[in-house]
Amino acid sequence: MRPLFIPVCAAALTIASAAAADTLAIINATAHTITDRGVLEGATIIIDDEQIAAVGVDLDVPADALVIDAGGRPVTPGLMNVVSKIGLLEVGQVSAANDYSLSGAPFSAAFDVTAGINPDSVLIPITRVDGVTRAVTVPSIRGEVFAGFGAVVHLGLDDDLVVEEKAAQYTAFGGRAADAAGGARGALAVFIRQAFDDAEHYDKNRRDFEQNRTRPYVLHHLDLEALLLVLNDEVPLVVDVNRASDMRVLMDIADDYGIRMIFNSAREAWKVADDLADMDISVIIDPSNNLPTSFDNIYATQDNARLLHEAGVKFAIATTSFNDVNNPRNVTQIAGIGVANGLPFDAALRAITRSPAEMFGIADDYGTLEEGKDADVVIWEGDPLEVTTLPTHVIIKGDLIPMDSRQLRLRDRYKDLGDDTPIQYR
Amino acid sequence: MRRTLISATALVAAFSVSFTATAQTETSKAGQLLATVNQDPYPSTYVPRPAPVTALVGATILDGAGNMIENGTVVMADGKVQTIGTNVAVPDGAVIVDAAGKWVTSGIIDIHSHIGIGPVPNTEASGDVNEATSPNTAQVWTEHAVWPQDPAFGRAISGGITTQHISVGSANLFGGRTVVVKNVPARTTQGMKFPGAKQGVKMACGENPKRVYDKSGPSTRMANFAGYRAAWYDALQYQYDWDLYDAKVQQGDPAAKPPKRDLKMETLAKALSGEILVQMHCYRADEMALVLDMAKEFGYHVSTFHHAVEAYKIADLLGEAGTCGAMWGDWWGFKLESFDGIRENIALVDAAEGGCAIVHSDSNVDIQRLNQEAAKAMAAGNRIGLNISKAHAWTWLSLNPAKALEIDDRTGSLEPGKMADVIIWSGDPFSVYTQAERVYVDGALTYDRFDPSKQFLSDFEVGYTEQGELK
Repeated sequence: MRPLFIPVCAAALTIASAAAADTLAIINATAHTITDRGVLEGATIIIDDEQIAAVGVDLDVPADALVIDAGGRPVTPGLMNVVSKIGLLEVGQVSAANDYSLSGAPFSAAFDVTAGINPDSVLIPITRVDGVTRAVTVPSIRGEVFAGFGAVVHLGLDDDLVVEEKAAQYTAFGGRAADAAGGARGALAVFIRQAFDDAEHYDKNRRDFEQNRTRPYVLHHLDLEALLLVLNDEVPLVVDVNRASDMRVLMDIADDYGIRMIFNSAREAWKVADDLADMDISVIIDPSNNLPTSFDNIYATQDNARLLHEAGVKFAIATTSFNDVNNPRNVTQIAGIGVANGLPFDAALRAITRSPAEMFGIADDYGTLEEGKDADVVIWEGDPLEVTTLPTHVIIKGDLIPMDSRQLRLRDRYKDLGDDTPIQYR
Repeated sequence: MRRTLISATALVAAFSVSFTATAQTETSKAGQLLATVNQDPYPSTYVPRPAPVTALVGATILDGAGNMIENGTVVMADGKVQTIGTNVAVPDGAVIVDAAGKWVTSGIIDIHSHIGIGPVPNTEASGDVNEATSPNTAQVWTEHAVWPQDPAFGRAISGGITTQHISVGSANLFGGRTVVVKNVPARTTQGMKFPGAKQGVKMACGENPKRVYDKSGPSTRMANFAGYRAAWYDALQYQYDWDLYDAKVQQGDPAAKPPKRDLKMETLAKALSGEILVQMHCYRADEMALVLDMAKEFGYHVSTFHHAVEAYKIADLLGEAGTCGAMWGDWWGFKLESFDGIRENIALVDAAEGGCAIVHSDSNVDIQRLNQEAAKAMAAGNRIGLNISKAHAWTWLSLNPAKALEIDDRTGSLEPGKMADVIIWSGDPFSVYTQAERVYVDGALTYDRFDPSKQFLSDFEVGYTEQGELK
């Protein structure tokens, strides 16, 4: 374990030594397994090294295990937020501290966020102490059609946070996005199709390309290489899109090129829910988005999550608004808002654990409480989706995480202004 | 200087009533208009909608002033709270609403909204938040840009917002005048204006003004302060000139010539005299402390620091000054001056002696669930042992913003005689699962979650969506 902060108090020291234990056992858990086993009352979860060794009732606790009594409180898999800037963003509006978008680069789709991911970002502890243990960290579009590759990360104690490099390619479709192709959707659709045609052509004519004997391509050859990963179904194409008619255009493209698409933001997805279910296209939504913020999302409604669920569409709940880049932790609140508007609780919890894991290709290792999965486990004060509850314990890949962050330290510095010790000495 | 200002105010007040004859007004309509500024040229035309006497019976009540009443009843009559309590006689003929199992609270007042001036859809054509053409645009009035058909008004009422303080943005040192509205359906902005509520003047600290005017200045926090101070001195000079003129008029001097009216200076002079409330966007603790000294320098009062992400670092100073902090539940880090945001900010401002904490939105999304932002703040405070009750936390949404806007004698709590601005919640409003089911403004049922005829459909939405489609 890498000590994230120098332990300054007894509690932190206790946690630090606890984190070194090889075996953890959580007892008296109300375990939300996110599997067919459902919710197990009075459950025991045994964690051996980085993985979950067993989940069940009446399990024997190994003698050397560090035991945590959950006292009947909810225990869930660590949460996953698939729209974040984790490791790429330190302070909004301070561009030198951020690494998620390009301006004037010779390529776009080839951009891979991985090299910019900083495991020392203060956003990481701030986010994980609220129960988010996995994220997709995502490039932003700035004037190009394709934004590049996002990565799946964990928020644990290793220096290497990357779980999966090049986990998805990103683009956008809509009124604003069309500016990148000349200002109209009709041109953007042509550009996207041409880019994939070019990628196929390039792949079949590599020797000619090297000899400058191919026709001109709309993108840099590094971008075409990047798009081949999409065409070969090695990564999904995540498209920021909101208008229902735009989703239909994209579904045609997905069908024609055999591309696995994920629609992000998708405020009007409920209008095409049956088609999405038929085509097995999954979506990423924020259930609180109910305003017609542009002419692309006139039909935004808080019913989106419920209607998608009822139609059998797979979806992840994530903080999709750019306003939320510093608060990926609030994914619990927006999931709760989905429940307040008719989404079943279990479906909401699945949408911030197992479903995003499936959508981004890490479901073999994460997303449920079951044997053999990475031990991302959270014990909650109470209902995990409630705005008044937070985790009591967070475990990421078997490490018990210090419940410490820059914000909690600032709080402790200032909570007693009557103390004579100057702030800088505290 | 301070004494001059105060006597000037008194003089103007007396003058505007007793003014009768000068050389100018006898001979010139222009002179009369020049000398006697219309203090309310765009008056409120809001009239509460007629409503039957209504009794909400059997609810858990948070009255907004810090009290909880179990199994309580609120009776609303003539737009006012008539009675509130546990053993309340329901008047004959009253409409009785069975609120058993429900929670009833005072209406939420959002002291930081841009709804109507930054409407949805967001377009260049409709965006009127910032007059970002000069660091001092104190002459502009928010109410001249409020679009009553912004669909966001209808979303805000579904979250229990009964009153909003709508404000120009923070691009400028002085942004302009603000307006208080009741969150009611209306054809005109005047039809929403809170009767008798003071305007404010929006000021801004820090990064925004110095970024927006980087080339022409201010480009530093130093120049921000120089800009405020120069403007305040200009306003003092302006008021002094008018005071001299008024004195001459009082003495019957026929040669008295009124000084040039200046809309910018009108706003600032009224801010110095307290007729207009000072509402200041400020993040950093050190800047807020400097602003409080500047307020002493020029003899005015800062009503509220808005955003105030570092207010917890100077909660004691805010309490001493009687200045409120209007804050988010947990926004932070989107700019460097918000990097030190913590979830305990609201609770720590509240806990200071004389502290006045307000939960604000600055967002047409969060305004729909300010109760949840208060819940997060309350929970954060309670984790560090502040023992904040739900009844007390509700003051952050209700009585405290009413005090900051100086409308607490009219609304902000469920007390007999006050406006019947009331929410019925499906349950505990400190839960993410709870919805506002009914919202009463001045006793009139203005929103009903289960009755499409009591949900706002803005003109913009007509032809797209249907009345009552859930949003």
